[in-house]
Amino acid sequence: MDIRTLTIPQIRAGLAAREFSASELAEEALRFAHIENPKTNAYLTFSSERALEAARSVDRRLARGEELGALAGVPVAVKDVIVTQGLRTTCGSKLLEKFIPPYDATAVERLEAAGGVVIGKTNCDEFAMGSSTENSAYGPVRNPVALERVPGGSSGGSAAVVAQGTAVVALGSDTGGSIRQPASFCGVVGVTPTYGRVSRYGLVAFASSLDHIGPFARTVEDAAVLLQTIAGRDPKDATSAFAPVPDYGAAMRQDVKGMKIGLPKEYFAGLENETREQVEKGIGLLRQLGCETVEISLAHTEYAIACYYIICTAEASSNLARYDGVRYTTRSAAAKTLAEMYRLSRGEGFGTEVKRRIMLGTYVLSAGYYDAYYLKAQKVRALIARDFAGAFESVDAIITPVSPFPAFRLGEKLDDPLQMYLSDIYTITGSLAGIPCMSVPCGRTRGAGAEPLPVGMQILTRHFDEPGMFRLAAAFERAGGFAV
Amino acid sequence: MKLTESQVRGIADLANLHLSEEEIARMARDLDEILTHVDKLNELETKHVEPMAQVLFEAGATASLRDDVEVTPLTNALALGNAPLAGAGFFKVPKVIER
Repeated sequence: MDIRTLTIPQIRAGLAAREFSASELAEEALRFAHIENPKTNAYLTFSSERALEAARSVDRRLARGEELGALAGVPVAVKDVIVTQGLRTTCGSKLLEKFIPPYDATAVERLEAAGGVVIGKTNCDEFAMGSSTENSAYGPVRNPVALERVPGGSSGGSAAVVAQGTAVVALGSDTGGSIRQPASFCGVVGVTPTYGRVSRYGLVAFASSLDHIGPFARTVEDAAVLLQTIAGRDPKDATSAFAPVPDYGAAMRQDVKGMKIGLPKEYFAGLENETREQVEKGIGLLRQLGCETVEISLAHTEYAIACYYIICTAEASSNLARYDGVRYTTRSAAAKTLAEMYRLSRGEGFGTEVKRRIMLGTYVLSAGYYDAYYLKAQKVRALIARDFAGAFESVDAIITPVSPFPAFRLGEKLDDPLQMYLSDIYTITGSLAGIPCMSVPCGRTRGAGAEPLPVGMQILTRHFDEPGMFRLAAAFERAGGFAV
Repeated sequence: MKLTESQVRGIADLANLHLSEEEIARMARDLDEILTHVDKLNELETKHVEPMAQVLFEAGATASLRDDVEVTPLTNALALGNAPLAGAGFFKVPKVIER
C-alpha cells in the first residue's frame, strides 16, 4: 500500500481482499503525516485516537462480515473551520487557540458515519479569509509541489495534505474560491458544490450567503464519493437544499459527446500565458472527446471582485461579532470594563486581514453607506447571477481558468491586500451565483528554467447539476487531461 | 482620500475593535485603496434590479421549519465549556452596574 496514491476504490478493494486493515491504513497515514508535516505545516492538530478508534470500528465490521460505508477506512483531513466534537478547532486564529467544540459539524458526522477516518485538522487562513494560507496565526502552509510557494487559500492545508498524500481526501470550505484555487495550486481536484447542497451546520460562519463545504481529492471519483456522502438536506441548516442528491457515479460513466461548453471571453484575458495555454490544451482535449465549444460573454465579470468584497466583508463583520470575550475561550487580561473586554479581546485575538475585513464590512453597513455599498453590491450580484443563467440557456457547462497564475511565492502578495483580492477573479463569480464549480488539474507550466507548477481548469454548471460537472471532469481525467 | 484616520477610529468603535495607532494608519490606506476599486460598481445602472440577498431555490414557504418536537439541547456545562470565565452556571463578565 502506498498512502500517497491510494484512492477510495483501492481502499475498498484492499480491505475486502484483506491486503491491509483499516487500522494499518490509519496508522500509516498518521505516521506519514507526522513525517511530512514539518515541511508543509499543513496540519494544525492530529486526531490519532479518534482515527484509530474509527479504523478499529471499520475492522470490526469487516470481521463480522457487515456491509461497509462508502468511506470505510478512508483517511480524511478536515479544514480547521469545521467543528469537531472534543477536537480543537482554531479557524487558524489565535483567538480560538483553545476552542474545543461541543458538537460535530453535519458533514463530519456524515463522513464518519460512512466509515471515514478523521486523522487531523488542517491549517487555513484565519476564519478562511485569504488566498494563500499566509493569514494563519499558526504560520503559513507550504505548497508540497514547490515548498517556497503558497498552496493557495484559504483551504491551503486541505489541498496540501491531499497533494502530499497524507490524507486520501479532505474537507475544505469555499466562500470565494477557497477550495478551487488551492486545488489548482497544488494539482488536486477541488469541488465547490451548489450553494445549499451540503449542510453548513458546524462550519464556522464567515459570509453566510456565500459559504460552502466541499471536497478535495486526487481523483474526480473520490471527490464525488465524498460529496455524495455529505450532501443533502439537514434540518440543522435551514439553508440546506431539499433537492434529492442524484447518483454521481452514474453520471461519471457517461461520455461527453455532444455536450456544449461555453468559453467566456472575459476569462481568457489578463492571465499568464502559460496558464492560458494549459487551459486551452484542456479545452482542446474536450473537443477531441466530442464536446462542442462556443464563445460566450459573462458581461459583469469585471464587477465581481468589488461586489464580492462588499458582501463578504459585510456578512463577516456581523458573523464575527460573536467573538466578544464572553463565550469563546479568549479574553484580554488587560480589560477592566465590559467595553474594554470586547474591544481588547478582539483587538488582541484577530489578525490583520480579519480586522481589515471587519472594518470594511462595518463601514459598508454603517448608516449612510448601506445603500451606496451593500445594497448596490447585492444588485450587482443579481446581474452576475443573471449572466450565468442566460449562458446556461444555450450551454451545458462553462470552462475557465481557476486562477490567472500558478502558485506564487510566499510573501509575494502579502503586503498588498487589493492585489491578493484581485487574484480571486475567476472563482468569485461562481460563488456569487451559487452554482457548482470545480477545479481539475490541467497539466503544469513548463517555463524555461522554472519549476513546473500545477494549473487548474474550472468547470461550472447549472444549479444542482453536479452530475453534469462530474461527467465532464471524469471524461477529462480518463482521457489524460490531468497531465495534458 | 475616502477615509480619514478619524473615520477609521469611528468604524473601529462601531466594530468594538481595538486598533493600535499603527494599525489605524495602515487601515486608512488599505481601506481607501479597496473602496476606490469598489467605486467601479457605480458604472452600472441598477435602479430596476432586485437585490440578491441569498441564493434561493424553489421550496414551500414553510419548508425550512422543523416539526415542533423537543430535542435535547447542549448541557449547561458543555455550553459554558469554552467560556474564559464562568460560574454558578453562567458566563461571567466585568461588572456593568455598580451597587
